[in-house]
Amino acid sequence: MIEFINLYLIPGLIIGSIYALGAVGISMIFGILRFAHFAHGDLMTIGAYGTLTAVWFIPVHPLLLLPFGIALAVVSALAVDRFFYKPLRKLPTIYTVISSFGVALIFRSLAQLLWSSGNQVFIPGVKPPLVLFQTFRIAALHAQVIVLTLVIAVALHLFLSRSKLGRAMRAVADEPELAAVAGLDTEKVIRSTWVIGAALAATAGVFAGMDTSMHPNLGWNLLLAMFAAAVLGGIGKPMGAIAGGLIIGLAEELSTYNWIGDNPLISPSYKSAVAFLIMVVLLIFRPQGLFKGRLL
Amino acid sequence: MEMTGLFFYIVSVLIAGGIYAILCLALNIQWGMGGLFNAGIAGFFAVGAYASAIMTTEVSDKHLGGFGMPVPVGLAVAALVAGLTGFAVAKICVRLKSDYLAMASIGIAEILRLVIVNESWVTNGSLGISGVPRPFDEFVQGRGSDIVLMVFVWVIVAGVYWISARLNDSPWGRTLRAIRDNEASARAAGKDVEWFRLQTFVIGCALMGIAGGLSAHYFKFLSPSATEPLLVTFLVWVMLMAGGSGNNRGAIAGALTIWALWSMTEIFTNRLPPEWVTRSSYIRMLLVGLLLQVVLQKFRSGLIPERSPPVRFKDT
Repeated sequence: MIEFINLYLIPGLIIGSIYALGAVGISMIFGILRFAHFAHGDLMTIGAYGTLTAVWFIPVHPLLLLPFGIALAVVSALAVDRFFYKPLRKLPTIYTVISSFGVALIFRSLAQLLWSSGNQVFIPGVKPPLVLFQTFRIAALHAQVIVLTLVIAVALHLFLSRSKLGRAMRAVADEPELAAVAGLDTEKVIRSTWVIGAALAATAGVFAGMDTSMHPNLGWNLLLAMFAAAVLGGIGKPMGAIAGGLIIGLAEELSTYNWIGDNPLISPSYKSAVAFLIMVVLLIFRPQGLFKGRLL
Repeated sequence: MEMTGLFFYIVSVLIAGGIYAILCLALNIQWGMGGLFNAGIAGFFAVGAYASAIMTTEVSDKHLGGFGMPVPVGLAVAALVAGLTGFAVAKICVRLKSDYLAMASIGIAEILRLVIVNESWVTNGSLGISGVPRPFDEFVQGRGSDIVLMVFVWVIVAGVYWISARLNDSPWGRTLRAIRDNEASARAAGKDVEWFRLQTFVIGCALMGIAGGLSAHYFKFLSPSATEPLLVTFLVWVMLMAGGSGNNRGAIAGALTIWALWSMTEIFTNRLPPEWVTRSSYIRMLLVGLLLQVVLQKFRSGLIPERSPPVRFKDT
């Protein structure tokens, strides 16, 4: 039981939190700009490298340097939207999907050029885990990730339900024509979408980079699971995306537990297929997701 | 000597260019005519490569088969397996917005990569399959086989071009373009939109499988790294967009132009000092990514723009 919690449940929550934060951006961009953002994983990578660079110069804990990565990701996202996505906005959205596919490649090759194509770590050395009640062992980083994700989720919920801008964003996601007729500034809503999506992506990227190690394919490898999380939560439903991310992360980790007999239910090398499987089942039976998202 | 070296260099560019031309024609059927976004080209390519390699190699205890079949049989099986994979993906996604097809196709490419790496009883894992035969290699060996293969590849390109041209001119192709340009009115005219899209996707995937098979016969060796997922998928997209989506000649022209540029810059960058060689490949990727953005914004119709086939009336 203890082994189950320490080796399956907690890692599932960690990877789930990473998916959740990434999927919020994907879900909001899909809901408001109407396209699947294929460069979102690589935006995470860029944000994580931003923080990593700050770590080299400022000797404090990497999580305190998150703002540097967030700033880099937000600036990159706004620049890419301005120069690459905005000129295509009047065309069918599938052109923007193709463009974002190219942006993913641009981000990755920039990461390989400016940083390195190898593995790098945020903090060298091994940290002893915290031991709670003499049985639960949780790494300090994992505790920080879970707490921060909770804080972000609550803040996001309050922002979307209470603030004027947050309500405008939900209005544009639900009914863009009506929102425009009602006088909402669509471009401002789009910019805020990028700011929030990129900030959360950078945070997720730093979590992922600290949990394993930093490399240029970090974000791309998470993209499929984040798409699955966004579809699961319902497109255009940020809180749904958070739930979806946690479910996908837990499903991936728990599917490798030895539920029946002594062998893992699914070989760990096929872990990332679980997210895809969930997405396929959803697309067949419930494409609008668990929380009644938009079906585009 | 210098001249023969150059000649065989051009032959090798034409072989790979021909394989890319098939991929481009296949994508042109899916995207250019049907408006379907396939982000998993590398997956269908890999399935075709492994299917053809397993069918044609001699019996081996390292991987499934081989069955020692002739190359054309291998290619036919490659088309069949890749087409069936495409059918499964399309069946799930055709009724949804094309973004979902993009997500699912990138997913299937990833799953196929996992299967290829992990199921070593089929594929010999990361060690790969060696001794894949070339067409007619009982008659021609050594460098001559490059020329034979080049002819073989381009005969297939010609065949695929002929099929694509027929599809493009036929009522079937007209229906596809109607669906692509205005789905609602095509549906109102009584066209079964899902069924047409399904057919389009499967035909394209089968052709991608053939291209994959050809690449296995070209390199004579196949390992998971041979199907570098992003490079193949991405290059083919850039080729089609630059060449002119919706135009079969544009697809071939785009494949040859971009592939020639890609391989010529390689000659140049290989002369750079070693610490720059690895970096230069990232610079090339970056430039290709930027090229796609320029094409998307400024030259959306490509080198040879799409033309609607003329409507021919019978003389009475």
